[in-house]
Amino acid sequence: MRDSFREGLAAGWKYIDASELAADQTFEADVVIIGSGAGGGVSAELLTGAGLDVIIIEEGPLKTTSDFKMLESEAYPSLYQDSASRQTADKAIKILQGRCVGGSTTVNWTSSFRTPPPTLQWWQTAHGLKNLSVEAMAPWFAAMEQRLHVGLWPLPPNENNDALARGAKRLGIPTEVIPRNVKQCWNLGYCGTGCPTNAKQSMLLTTIPAALTRGATLISRLRADKFEFAGNKVSALDGLALKPDGLHPSGIKIKLRARHFVLAGGAINSPALLLRSHAADPHGLVGKRTFLHPTVISAGLFATPIKAYAGAPQSVYSDHFLKKTAIDGPLGYKLEVAPLHPILFSTTLQGWGESHARLMREFANSQVVLALIRDGFNPASQGGQVKLREDGSPLLDYPLNETLWEAVRRALLTMAEIQFAAGATWVAPVHEADVGYKTWRDAKQGIASLPLAPLRCRVVSAHVMGGCAMGATPEKGTVNDEGRHFQIENLSIHDGSLFPTSIGANPQLSIYGLVARNASLLAAELSGKPRPAIL
Amino acid sequence: MTTRREFLKTGAAGALLLNVAACSRPSANGGQAAVLAALIPVVLEGALPVKDEERSALIMRTVTGIENAIAGLSPATQKEIGELFDLLSFAPTRMLVAGVWTPWPEATPEAIGKFLENWRNSRFDLLKSGYAALRDLIFAAWYARPDTWTAIAYPGPPKVE
Repeated sequence: MRDSFREGLAAGWKYIDASELAADQTFEADVVIIGSGAGGGVSAELLTGAGLDVIIIEEGPLKTTSDFKMLESEAYPSLYQDSASRQTADKAIKILQGRCVGGSTTVNWTSSFRTPPPTLQWWQTAHGLKNLSVEAMAPWFAAMEQRLHVGLWPLPPNENNDALARGAKRLGIPTEVIPRNVKQCWNLGYCGTGCPTNAKQSMLLTTIPAALTRGATLISRLRADKFEFAGNKVSALDGLALKPDGLHPSGIKIKLRARHFVLAGGAINSPALLLRSHAADPHGLVGKRTFLHPTVISAGLFATPIKAYAGAPQSVYSDHFLKKTAIDGPLGYKLEVAPLHPILFSTTLQGWGESHARLMREFANSQVVLALIRDGFNPASQGGQVKLREDGSPLLDYPLNETLWEAVRRALLTMAEIQFAAGATWVAPVHEADVGYKTWRDAKQGIASLPLAPLRCRVVSAHVMGGCAMGATPEKGTVNDEGRHFQIENLSIHDGSLFPTSIGANPQLSIYGLVARNASLLAAELSGKPRPAIL
Repeated sequence: MTTRREFLKTGAAGALLLNVAACSRPSANGGQAAVLAALIPVVLEGALPVKDEERSALIMRTVTGIENAIAGLSPATQKEIGELFDLLSFAPTRMLVAGVWTPWPEATPEAIGKFLENWRNSRFDLLKSGYAALRDLIFAAWYARPDTWTAIAYPGPPKVE
């Protein structure tokens, strides 16, 4: 299998693994981009395209196509935040988030949705972000869809996805095909451990190589520790090189100077950097209103093999339960499925001992539906808050309240009904009460009275959003709709932390589209070239 | 009025117990390995072979797998897990908080099962999250290994040339 990234490195791309540095060093560029995920990657391509000198820094390691062996035991520690077990403060929500070159785009399941029109309309009306209309954003989404080869998945869904489609259809619930950012996809099912066939059009294969080809510098295993300020400007970024273990600072200090800084560390790490730096925050907004699409899980057993480990992980979805209620009413949810691999499945399932082992023996016949709950619209859904631990590392406190549990109960009912309609012989909401049902009738009764509480009912997330939100005025947001910080002149935020609510869909394309717009505006300003015609 | 529940929930008492346990750590990692070696056969009942002569070797491999996994976690998480094992290793907190009255190597599967269920169903988030951490570590280390996949009919990753 070709590894074009390694070929690029061999051809002379500027790349530094900070864990190999032996002495303190200062770097200088037009723009320093913090983070190499969806936001950092797109920014790097567009800023270098305008002729700007760019440095991209990444806390995680550089792993490329030939490193991706489809093994959870290797992928989780090397590619994910906290070995794929980042958790909220009370440990009630486990968060999957990337930590490697390419960020979460290296390990996501490739679902590519435009920001749903009701979300953009809500931002325009409730958050005053008047410029972000469906019409104004459409060309940016279209441009990124083309750039990243986003298209409706053309092959039949795997059994795991088909069960969702089939069950929903029998109940009259519409489902749709998921658009994916893949090219010549082998339909293997291992997107989550890094694509081994160069199919996924992640930042690792697209925008970052483009930026490096134009002379950008990439520095991995470098932690962005603190901004230094001079007046209302960032004067430098203090970076800490990590040891080869990628966890502990080596003691080598790296200073980065630039005309402009683009913060794209992802929701959680971006607000944390601002907090650690004591950045101007006159209205106390940084870190607040962080959203997760809290996700609950229903496991179903089938008489025939599902093999949820094989085939495109996500190819079918339903927005029926997002459309059914007012956007700021009882919380709606998006239905999708999750691929199953041994570590992910065994740690997600409830229980221990024989009851757990019995479920694991049914691994190949297990099917899993997810309900991703849309948070941040209902006034009682304020999300969580990013704070700092004593050691300066970020911690997300996300309380689960009654408004959320009410939606969880509806979602567990919906998923069980769909799974039985699809032919499941047994359905269990993933919950430490160890309940399971043989008929929809039993499930309906059981779930109605199931006690729902943190650390009892399993809640997970792979979508972290908000914390440095866009707002119409400095009282309402950390940045404006162009991602420009209200108080700090030469700082932009270009990642999922921009969103004033959750998205109501897998967020990667929302980040790509909005950042494409904002990085284009920034590129024009910094390079003195005309604004892009697309506006 | 602060109820006992709120007291533990806010972490004051929990933190105190953890501090007591941490200050007493005579056998830091040895304690962790002993706790794990006792827990593994119970948590993996039904997955770990019963009669296999390699049973104890498999348990030790799982302990090693867990130690490696912990070493890869963020320093903040490693610290919390260290505190959890301190709490479980230190005899007074083992008895008081875990309700296990004998040293781990002598604890019966029934006593360990009771401990797991007590923490799983505890009123206190701290204990519920302790239960979750222990089972996550054990399951992840077990199912990471290809030799455990036949039993769950997982073929492993396909070949890519």
